Amino acid sequence: MTLPSPDRQLTYHPASAPDFVPTPLLRKLQLERVQAIVAHATERVELFRQRMQSRNLAPTDIKSLDDVGRLPFTTKADLRDTYPFGLFATSMRDVVRVHASSGTTGKPIVVAYTKQDVEVWTSVMVRSFAACGLHEGDIVQNAYGYGLFTGGLGAHYGAEGIGAAVIPISGGNTDRQIMVLKDFGATAICCTPTYFLHLIDRAAQLGVDFKALPLRVGVFGAEPWTESMRRHIESATSIQAFDIYGLSEIIGPGVAIECPCHDGLHIFEDHFYPEIIDPDTGAVLPDGQEGELVLTTLSKWAMPMIRYRTRDITALIHGPCTCGRSLRRMRRIGRRSDDMLIIRGVNVYPSQIEAVLLEVEGTLPHYQIILTREHGLDQVEVQVEVTAQVFSDRVGTLEALEEKLADTLERVLGIRIKITLVEPQTIQRSEGKAKRVIDKRGQT
Amino acid sequence: MKIPQLSIFAENKPGHIAAPCRILAENRIDIRALSVADTQHFGILRIIVSDPKRATEVLEAAGYVVKPTDVLAVEVEDRPGGLAKILSAFERTTINIEYMYAFPFGHGERAVLIFRFDDPDAAAQALQAAGISLVAKHELFEH
Repeated sequence: MTLPSPDRQLTYHPASAPDFVPTPLLRKLQLERVQAIVAHATERVELFRQRMQSRNLAPTDIKSLDDVGRLPFTTKADLRDTYPFGLFATSMRDVVRVHASSGTTGKPIVVAYTKQDVEVWTSVMVRSFAACGLHEGDIVQNAYGYGLFTGGLGAHYGAEGIGAAVIPISGGNTDRQIMVLKDFGATAICCTPTYFLHLIDRAAQLGVDFKALPLRVGVFGAEPWTESMRRHIESATSIQAFDIYGLSEIIGPGVAIECPCHDGLHIFEDHFYPEIIDPDTGAVLPDGQEGELVLTTLSKWAMPMIRYRTRDITALIHGPCTCGRSLRRMRRIGRRSDDMLIIRGVNVYPSQIEAVLLEVEGTLPHYQIILTREHGLDQVEVQVEVTAQVFSDRVGTLEALEEKLADTLERVLGIRIKITLVEPQTIQRSEGKAKRVIDKRGQT
Repeated sequence: MKIPQLSIFAENKPGHIAAPCRILAENRIDIRALSVADTQHFGILRIIVSDPKRATEVLEAAGYVVKPTDVLAVEVEDRPGGLAKILSAFERTTINIEYMYAFPFGHGERAVLIFRFDDPDAAAQALQAAGISLVAKHELFEH
């Protein structure tokens, strides 16, 4: 963990000022905003109004922040059921932008922004980049996909807003990404962490030394990643890697960001009110306990989200951060409640498998988890690409590697998993979120 | 006297040995000797080629993981006891033979054994001490 030096503390970006608002003032602001947004949603959103009525709740019943816990939850299913515009709280005349998620099952979900909402979004992205140490003069290569996905435009507006020069390269075309990184002298890059790993691999093949580039900051998000991935990225390049958190339903990227302390992500609480709940009972849990993150948008008018269940598992960190920000932090997301695989009755998270691969091999190979069902029994196979570091001309060495991986996984997970070494470049590379799990159990 | 051998990881599936060989052919690289070690899931293709440096480049560019290893080549006499004589050179040493393979040499009347030792330098010394001469790389590619 790198703590900011006293000198660095003196160079905080002016855009970060709202991050340091005294806590009592922040709570007062949150309450005022939550009262206003609940009144707005009750007046304008049919589904929300019905739910308030069935609970005998009126917006005026929200007298303290604790009362937020009485409000009904909103889920992804609500967004699907009201597709496309059913949760809009303003008329289309006031909407200046829509985005949509690539729904993995069925219809996508659609989100909307007023002009003011886009300004709020830009402001939290500017504050995010400021926390990562970006400023005027930086050259930001934005490799998040532009389009319906919020990542591209969200990062674009934020980078322009902080006064950096933006390279709007979007996702994909890896060789061109590397050429542009090198030739344009980008000092920062935004993309998914798995895509950045792919860039590192490909750059090595092309003979481009990432350590020799002016690139110094990476802002990675849109999927959960681990501390070990950070160590891998930071040792293969000379960048400092920051985790950014966000989701389209709330606003897009810019809900929470790491500061240079890299000890949790500060939630922009003046715009997003966080709660941690027990995912099974829905009960609100105290700070420090792990559970599902629930967010309420405090200043989003086109489509307010009241107590949106993110499915992301984390905990709010109690106590102040060394950087001095008063914004509460959440632990980085290691897993999503819907990421969990249940294999022969055992809960398995892909992040656990990833940690074992990294521990045994020293670097993170490309891998894929394949689930099948044979004779009613779940079967798991982890396909792992052979890397130059582990490859040997001796059969015994490779068999020992397979066995060590399977043994370590068994120790961590409690179940035996079949390991298959596969040829390099055979597992499909992602240009956005990595597809780590192929579940064929429904087909067999 | 050490000879560079290249090893390539290949899945145990049809066509997975042919593909790297085709790349070498397209680049006019001659394969002098070849052996495949296979298990249920994967295989290791081991080759001795005319231009190992270029072979590594073209294979890596095609996405293969290539591992260079030093091996020793010994000509074996085509009569009973020929192999035993060579192996006896290691009897009182701690040198381990990891694996070996043979291929015909010249016009099919002679044979060369390729040895992969855990310590090729010590093995070369032991062979020379026993009066067994090693085949140099250039000899393998003389026709």
